Amino acid sequence: MQSDAPASTAAPAASPPGQQHEAESVGRRVLRAFLYQRELTPIAITIALFAYFAIRAGSNFTDTLSISSAVGFAGPVAGIAIGEVLLLVLAEIDLSAGQVFLFCPWVMYWMHQDGLPLVIAILIALAAVSLVGAINGLITVRLNVPSFVTTLAMNFILYGVVLVASNNLQASPIPLSGENSFIAQFMGVWKWSEILWVIALTIILTVLLTRTRFGVRIVATGGNLVGAAEAGVPTRRVKVWCFVICSFVAGLVGIIDSIKYGTLDPGNFGVDYILYAVGACVIGGTALTGGRGTVVGAFIGAILLGVLQDGLTVIGVSTNDFFIYVGVVIIIAMALNVQFDRIIARSRSR
Amino acid sequence: MSANALPVQPEAPVPAGAPALEVRGLTKSFGALSVLRGIDLTLRQGEVLGLVGDNGAGKSTLVKILSGFHTQDSGEILLSGERVSFNSVESARSHGIETVYQDLALIPQLSVYQNLFLGHEITMLGPVRFLKKGEMRKLARQYLDEINVHVPSMDAEAVDLSGGQRQAIAVARAVRAANKILLLDEPLSAMGARESRLIIDLVKDLASSGRVSIIVIDHNYAHLFELCDRLNVMSGGRITINQQVHETSLEELTELMVSSYRRQIEEVQNAGA
Repeated sequence: MQSDAPASTAAPAASPPGQQHEAESVGRRVLRAFLYQRELTPIAITIALFAYFAIRAGSNFTDTLSISSAVGFAGPVAGIAIGEVLLLVLAEIDLSAGQVFLFCPWVMYWMHQDGLPLVIAILIALAAVSLVGAINGLITVRLNVPSFVTTLAMNFILYGVVLVASNNLQASPIPLSGENSFIAQFMGVWKWSEILWVIALTIILTVLLTRTRFGVRIVATGGNLVGAAEAGVPTRRVKVWCFVICSFVAGLVGIIDSIKYGTLDPGNFGVDYILYAVGACVIGGTALTGGRGTVVGAFIGAILLGVLQDGLTVIGVSTNDFFIYVGVVIIIAMALNVQFDRIIARSRSR
Repeated sequence: MSANALPVQPEAPVPAGAPALEVRGLTKSFGALSVLRGIDLTLRQGEVLGLVGDNGAGKSTLVKILSGFHTQDSGEILLSGERVSFNSVESARSHGIETVYQDLALIPQLSVYQNLFLGHEITMLGPVRFLKKGEMRKLARQYLDEINVHVPSMDAEAVDLSGGQRQAIAVARAVRAANKILLLDEPLSAMGARESRLIIDLVKDLASSGRVSIIVIDHNYAHLFELCDRLNVMSGGRITINQQVHETSLEELTELMVSSYRRQIEEVQNAGA
């Protein structure tokens, strides 16, 4: 309800930011907070959805099983979205991150089958997906291929590699699954470990984007490519590194997800994941025009989708209907983003 | 290092005269279009040199080569007598050359202080380069107060500033960081009268310290006559006129330009005949 109020009363209340208003009303302050802190809208919607489902379904929704199901949906989406958002801030995109998420555990599996210790196999898998990211980035900045196309192609290539190398056979080999050792629990078997990994990665990437020189360079490159280059920002290097980071994070969460479920299915298609992830970024307030976006927003967007998915299941709405809701939510979120930008622009032009 | 020092510190003026920057036989083409056809130019220590000429005369290209953004096809650049070659903005900058471009190098989504320190961020030691935001904010406020640039807040995003404020920040950033050569490509283009005054004072202050030598591109002759020691007129990729400001007047310069154009037109006609 709060999230609706600012949009409808926005035009008259908008005022040039930065100017001092002695007696600013609470309403205006809330409006401004929602205009400039884009994560607030999805947070408010997530809380509202949570409350709605909790009232409708009671403990069926709030019990551990249901919550872990919501988190189980949100974890992979968030794991891909929090890296993806860096590329969206750069005004680039990585459509292969979903496939990278699926590809990484396969590399780990193959290496482990060849007799390497699991830890080494994991490190090689992470190195492999980092290389995939570097190739995505280098093709994009060196050959001037739009990243949309580069990573679309990479998506198919990785899918094909997995199908060919696995002979299209499922594998359930992850030796950690079912074990009760601390390392197994830590790496994904415990039902909360995946989301805790994702939360930790969200914090790390947030610090990276907002508190480091590299983060400033990401915003600068995405906000004004020529201006950033003229100011001495190595824009190409920044882009390549962000592709590497996006792949690395997606791959890492992919490994944890595979250990959690204990099976690998070569038929899984990464596009299913990446579309939710980009949706989560949009819901989290990221404009696709570059220069703006937050890691926390992407995370919240994924949580919102998880709550929606689980809540609809619990109250007995068919899973097919879920897709319709997701589409509607994404369009509303993007429309709000664009309208908020217009309100800000209008207040500036006064 | 130099980035952390405040800029307009009065140092002992270096005796004018020694060439700080020399350009010899510089050429540059973009595809079939020959933009620079052999530029020779000398900038003396502590001097302010104005570059004028029509759109397309090659002024901006010259500045972009000197700042490392483009690379010349042939010809050489000497800094304090030493031959240098730049393959990036960073390499030019490491030689003490700073540039303000006409297309506004500020990042709309970054705050005032982040823009002011872009490319010169103050960071903690260590591999991750965490930003020292508090220190940057404080230094930025101090510095902008000192040079009379007024902005709503250090945390205001550049997109919230007026065109003049943005340009003032862009100039301030370069002035702050320059320690040898400052290149200004139409620094006054988006400015009101008061803001123009501010930038002119800023640049004159810096010039009078003798620390830095400056090249300014501008279309406004009143500004150039006030700001510069010497004017070079560019036309068709060459420098056609070289006049000391105190030895000339706007009238004389205009006459020289007209006769220079006439000569060029005659050359073209003769070549065509």
